[in-house]
Amino acid sequence: MSEPTFNRLTEADIAYLKSVVEPTGKVVPREQIHEDYSHDEMGAVHQFPDLLIEAVSTEQVAAVLRYANERRLPVTPRGQGTGLVGAAVALHGGIMLSTARMNRILELDEDNLTLTVEPGVLLMEIAKFVEERDFFYPPDPGEKSASIGGNISTNAGGMRAVKYGVTRDYVRGLEVVLANGDVIEVGGKIVKNSSGYSIKDLIIGSEGTLGFVTKALLKLLPLPKKAISLLIPFADLATAIETVPVIIRSKYIPTAIEYMEQPVILCAEQYLGKKFPDHSSDAYLLLTFDGNSREEVEAIYEKVAEICLQAGARDVLISDTDERQTSIWSARGAFLEAIKASTTEMEECDVVVPRNHVADFVKYTKEVEQKVGVRLSGFGHAGDGNLHVYVLRDDLDSETYARKLSEAFDLLYAKAHELGGQVSGEHGIGFAKKEFLAESLGEVSMNLMRNIKHAFDPNGILNPGKVC
Amino acid sequence: MRILVCIKQVPGTTQVDIDEKTGVLKRDGVESKINPYDLFAIETALRLKSYWPEATTLALSMGPPQAEQSLREALMMGIDEAVLVTDRAFAGADVLATAYTLSQAIQVIGEAGIIICGQQTTDGDTAQVGPEIAEFLDIPHATNVIAIHELQERTVTVQVDLPVTEETIRLPLPCLLSVNKDIYTPRLPSFKRKKATRDVAVRRMTLADLPDTDPNRYGLNGSPTNVVRIFPPEHDVTRETWEGSSSELAGRLCGYLRDAKFLV
Repeated sequence: MSEPTFNRLTEADIAYLKSVVEPTGKVVPREQIHEDYSHDEMGAVHQFPDLLIEAVSTEQVAAVLRYANERRLPVTPRGQGTGLVGAAVALHGGIMLSTARMNRILELDEDNLTLTVEPGVLLMEIAKFVEERDFFYPPDPGEKSASIGGNISTNAGGMRAVKYGVTRDYVRGLEVVLANGDVIEVGGKIVKNSSGYSIKDLIIGSEGTLGFVTKALLKLLPLPKKAISLLIPFADLATAIETVPVIIRSKYIPTAIEYMEQPVILCAEQYLGKKFPDHSSDAYLLLTFDGNSREEVEAIYEKVAEICLQAGARDVLISDTDERQTSIWSARGAFLEAIKASTTEMEECDVVVPRNHVADFVKYTKEVEQKVGVRLSGFGHAGDGNLHVYVLRDDLDSETYARKLSEAFDLLYAKAHELGGQVSGEHGIGFAKKEFLAESLGEVSMNLMRNIKHAFDPNGILNPGKVC
Repeated sequence: MRILVCIKQVPGTTQVDIDEKTGVLKRDGVESKINPYDLFAIETALRLKSYWPEATTLALSMGPPQAEQSLREALMMGIDEAVLVTDRAFAGADVLATAYTLSQAIQVIGEAGIIICGQQTTDGDTAQVGPEIAEFLDIPHATNVIAIHELQERTVTVQVDLPVTEETIRLPLPCLLSVNKDIYTPRLPSFKRKKATRDVAVRRMTLADLPDTDPNRYGLNGSPTNVVRIFPPEHDVTRETWEGSSSELAGRLCGYLRDAKFLV
């Protein structure tokens, strides 16, 4: 399949698009588009769209896509722009279609335990809304100001994946506008579904390349009443990471198992201007357990605490109140920004490996650091095998950095592949990880993906240049 | 020599309903925890021990028998000994009666070289008990302590945050310090300490154990405070949306912060 060709946006196009979107929605011409919209949080790829459209309804989205499809204008869907792989950057210019104004929570159905939202609602708004009503939306990606539309488009994971799974596990149904403007509803308020191919599951994680999500039906759970975290110091990272499979084998499943090392903690302390409750050890595991009473959670964590001590933990520190949780999790939430602030430039490797290979992979990152001669910093979801490893530029000149970066990435992705892992655990492919995906999946799978893309979007107008 | 820290057990959440008629906190079914401000006091006591390795740290609390749970948590954080002052006669105490009771207990415990209190509690918010204990014991005190510079054999040098100034004060020992939030990041309770202190007894003291056994000095009888009405504070969060160019908005924001005295 050849690369699609696009038309440039004309004055007539802009006038037409304004006529279907304004006055309820907003159309922003190129010269007034804020710089933020030319990149995402990855920052390495910059391109302004020619027009920014903030639609307010499914009808407006459909009208815009129908027109763009006829006119062969590229359309880049955009949530809050917090992605890390350049997926929400308008590589080909054209139209950026933002969900920012489609931000209403439409319905809480307490009988079916579902929440219907528009794609621009923020993750933190969903958490607040449902938790105030004693419900729980388990996916918990670190970036709380991300939009749910963005989370769905990357199949975002987050910290509670060990016990609860990821975004895909909590999307019951979607309303999707296809590239030609047709509107379809997939899934629904149903628990079971064996009705043909699951288009819903294809759309989830498709990074806006197959359709534009205009409504999502999310599955909720009753809110667990008590959550307790354990911060577990170890003398070294290897002992810490090797304890993870022992915990998992114990069958007491925590909601989260995170690992962190002292340099990252010190970095976060400096960034936040606040001390972490403990930073005297080289490596830590951070576990969270939830349940419906303190007694229930205590009974479980005590068993796991014993397991950790036997596995060589120095101690097990207990975080059981709001203040203590904040002192730990606010630092954990700032790791990415703190690492970013500690260097001049960085690139991320968001690999996922089978859980029993986490230790192998983490140890390997140390080898890569030595071998390539570049600083790597990392932390991650040790419990689900999803690791975030950052290659830091520091004082390297741009040429050396580019060379070392590519060398390090090649080694890391090759190792992940060798261990049975995948290129991205939760951040997606976007623009940045395309070549690694192609290498990892091989030609047959990539062709299948391209054929799927073609079936949904024959003219290739939706988020061109991304994923496959 | 003892480093003594006073702690209180408070409701585990800030969302506690208040019975507007009786003014009593509805504690039924609400979990309890150590007053968050006291965590800083405990941490301060543990840090001070590094100056006096031979000293013991002791946590003292007045409250119903279940307040023992908070003292056990102090032990889990590293405190050496715990004393719970508990008696029906102490129920309904205001700040004055509470401070008197604690000061009596401190005299029985003895050897208090330095007494640390949290700045205030999250349920009473008066910030008075610390200084009043010091007055009853007739020892000097410093409040709003934000840093401890030096602890010597006979003096302690601290930095205090007062409304318009920060002062460095040297106090003779024994003395009492009310420490501010964030003086140190409190450590977390340790599971190893939990196991190690499971059999450590929390010493109990009742009215009969105190030097002054006059029931009129304690509990409701010893409390001159008359609560007229108690009600949850009103939340008046307002939201304004401004539009304009970056420079207009920056100027307006600057003016707003100046009016609100965040900028001078």
